[in-house]
Amino acid sequence: MRLLRSRPTPPAPAEPGDVLAEAENLHVRLGQRAVLHGVSVTVRAGEVLALVGPNGAGKSTLLGALAADLPAAAGVVRINGRPATEWSAPELALRRAVLPQSAALSFPFTVEEVVRMGRAPHATTPAEDDLAVAEAMARAEVTDFALRPFSALSGGERARVALARVLAQCAPLLLLDEPTAALDLRHQELVLRLCRERAHAGDAVVVVLHDLALAAAYAHRVAILRAGRVAADGPPGDVFTEELLSDVYDQAVEVFPHPRTGAVVVAPRRPA
Amino acid sequence: MTVLGNGVEVAAAPTPVRRQRSVAWMLTVGLVVALLVLVPVAAGLGAYPIPTGDVLSSVQHRLGLGGGALDRVPESVLWNVRFPRIVLALLVGASLGCAGALMQGVFGNPLAEPGVIGVSSGAAVGAVAVIAFGLDFLGTWTVSAVAFVSGLATVLLVYAMSRSGGRTEVVTLILTGIALNAFAGALIGLFLFFADTAAVNQITFWQLGSLSQATWPKVLAILPCAALGLILAPLHAGRLDLLALGERPARHLGVDVERLRIVLVLVIALLTAAAVSVSGIISFVGLVVPHLLRMAAGPGHRFLIPASALLGALVLLAADLTARTVAAPAELPLGVLTALLGSPFFFWLLRRTRRRQGGWA
Repeated sequence: MRLLRSRPTPPAPAEPGDVLAEAENLHVRLGQRAVLHGVSVTVRAGEVLALVGPNGAGKSTLLGALAADLPAAAGVVRINGRPATEWSAPELALRRAVLPQSAALSFPFTVEEVVRMGRAPHATTPAEDDLAVAEAMARAEVTDFALRPFSALSGGERARVALARVLAQCAPLLLLDEPTAALDLRHQELVLRLCRERAHAGDAVVVVLHDLALAAAYAHRVAILRAGRVAADGPPGDVFTEELLSDVYDQAVEVFPHPRTGAVVVAPRRPA
Repeated sequence: MTVLGNGVEVAAAPTPVRRQRSVAWMLTVGLVVALLVLVPVAAGLGAYPIPTGDVLSSVQHRLGLGGGALDRVPESVLWNVRFPRIVLALLVGASLGCAGALMQGVFGNPLAEPGVIGVSSGAAVGAVAVIAFGLDFLGTWTVSAVAFVSGLATVLLVYAMSRSGGRTEVVTLILTGIALNAFAGALIGLFLFFADTAAVNQITFWQLGSLSQATWPKVLAILPCAALGLILAPLHAGRLDLLALGERPARHLGVDVERLRIVLVLVIALLTAAAVSVSGIISFVGLVVPHLLRMAAGPGHRFLIPASALLGALVLLAADLTARTVAAPAELPLGVLTALLGSPFFFWLLRRTRRRQGGWA
């Protein structure tokens, strides 16, 4: 069956700095509500872009639009330079992988089977698939329970399995919606280190984060969203200022250099 | 890892995934063998017993592979009564098993089944209307064609009504089934009211689910529907696996979800119509069969779909054999028998699902 259907070919590897996805003056409506009002962001190969902002600011919506899940009411989303709507589903699957906020599964597939589903877009041999699956599972640290049914796992374990599936897809653009939400401290660090590694290897990574400290530590660039608009976009050292963050989150925030590394640290201002 | 004396390393034990795959292969082979054994046995048993050896010899003769024709009576019983019924049981069983597996995959819900959610009743409304009003605008295909159209309309209705936000809640699905079964029952009652006595007898009998009126023309009447459905179904197995992740993740992995859904709903309607138009409502086969297979060899649809067709055929052939021999010379209605055995299973399944989820969403 695989041979009968003509399969799209994977894109050529991107050079660092190539624009893999961009939103231009993007407006998105969900039902009656306008969620994004004229958002413009570019996603470049070799870079981790963190989307941060308060609840309801439109982070997940922007990610959904970049994933070509949500239609643009106005403006345009381009993936590899071509409007997202002009790509077919199989072509998109070779260009971007998406980690949803919550991972669900209707039937008791094993962890390995779930990760292998990430290989579906590729017309590669079973041996190559085995290799990609094994590597993705090792990176997300899920190899130990590879043979257990997905439904028997804890929330954090499921989240890592879902991440392994996304890694196995080997797409040059990774869109991760709150990958750290269900994870413990160690695995939060692991996931963001993975993001950096993928970016270093030439992929583009967009990650929605709530933890500003994580964003400050791992993102090359941060886009702060407020009420459906980009309030600031740039390296964390530039855009994470006390005035801006306190204003955006409506909560007093402290920003100071880390005593040992000198990196930006963000924390809510609490009474002594 | 053990190291042997000559330094050759013993290969690692097969992983459970490989073992599951070999279980799948063994099950498939076992099902085929069981069918090959049961068919000649079922052909021999009945009010007019024919030794299995004679059955095989007659089949060989007809295939031009030696053997010999039987006497006039057994030969006629075998080829005009038993074989059409057996072939019909195989086709109907395969269609029901396959439709059940597909439907559970499309709805992403292990409780979906043509009988439970009202699709069989929907197809039955069309078929009953044809019988009651004596329609025959498409010849022998009229019942199948009309059953297909009304079955298709019902699947679409269930699909539209029981989904919200890309998910199918169990409760909504079951309640939709109750409403549809009640409505279809009312329509069938209405048609009965207007039908003449002969048609009423035919419909009542058929409502209980039976293969006793099997003939070669009936086999031919459902063959196109059943064959088309059974051929198309396995082609979508890989994409059905991905659909288990949810609609959006499936789309992210390159599945054209809208198209897949439409094609599969059509295939389900084809298979259900094929089964319902000749045998009436035979429930629970499509529910029980995929479940048993999933428990034995995992939920992968590449195995589940063809194996559900095989096991469905086997179960229905065995059930029909039981229905016509256990109370001989009388005959139990087949649908009654499958419901007697299937409903407790459904009950157990409901309890188990509820325990797992800790209540209904």
